[in-house]
Amino acid sequence: MIELTRRYWFAAAHVLRNPAFDDARNESVYGKCANPNGHGHNYGLEVTVTGEPDRITGRVVEPETLDALVREHVLAHLENRMLNEQPAFQVRVPTAENIACFAQAALEEPVAERTSARLLRVRLEETRRNHFECGEPR
Amino acid sequence: MVRISRAIEFSSSLRYRHPDLSEEENRRRFGARASRHGHNYRLEVTLSGEPDPETGMVLDLKDLIVVLEREIMARFDHRDLNDDTAFFEKVPPTPENVARVIFRLLHRALPKGLLERIRLQPELDLWVEVVGSEEAE
Repeated sequence: MIELTRRYWFAAAHVLRNPAFDDARNESVYGKCANPNGHGHNYGLEVTVTGEPDRITGRVVEPETLDALVREHVLAHLENRMLNEQPAFQVRVPTAENIACFAQAALEEPVAERTSARLLRVRLEETRRNHFECGEPR
Repeated sequence: MVRISRAIEFSSSLRYRHPDLSEEENRRRFGARASRHGHNYRLEVTLSGEPDPETGMVLDLKDLIVVLEREIMARFDHRDLNDDTAFFEKVPPTPENVARVIFRLLHRALPKGLLERIRLQPELDLWVEVVGSEEAE
């Protein structure tokens, strides 16, 4: 099996607060991340697809095709944004888990429709010290 | 079961071309990659197995280093993948195809059943992994 991974970088701001919690609970659950004025990260988003390389081009997917899909369906909603203002994070808190799963869900169909590859997983690095994966286990 | 990984880095030049296509068609399909260019490739090789009860090792790293030197470094480092090897006469040296060639070479050279996966990284933000013994065919 061949897996191809492409990594994208984007900067975004967020606040971790659940509107269903009171201030005390938000601060106890989310700690520093609950600062109402926000904070930000340089996120690294790794998108992994699998498939049989094309017989002529030798590619599982053309990197430029994958780049365009990730730009349109994911980065356009996240890059240089306040994540809490985005439609995807009106109900869900923009934790790294939820951002990774948003990207996985947003890409699954376009990758299946526009390429001959299949989306396997998304890995989101929030800082160099923590990362989150959504999709099929390794 | 224990996994061990070792990384090496090699530098090669290459150009994407398929022999059944005309020069013009190659250029149209592969764009700038149809011209000779180069990469610093990082290769991570992962083996898995039970440590030997006496030595405590899955495979002596010295032996793995010898195999990587002979099978990969000697063939690819500071070489042209198209002109200095016979592997890319019929297929373009995309990361996918180079990774498959490397997987097969290592599968053949290493003790049976040890090679689990390889990861070939030609650019900081792009890599390919080959997993599973069916890739050895």
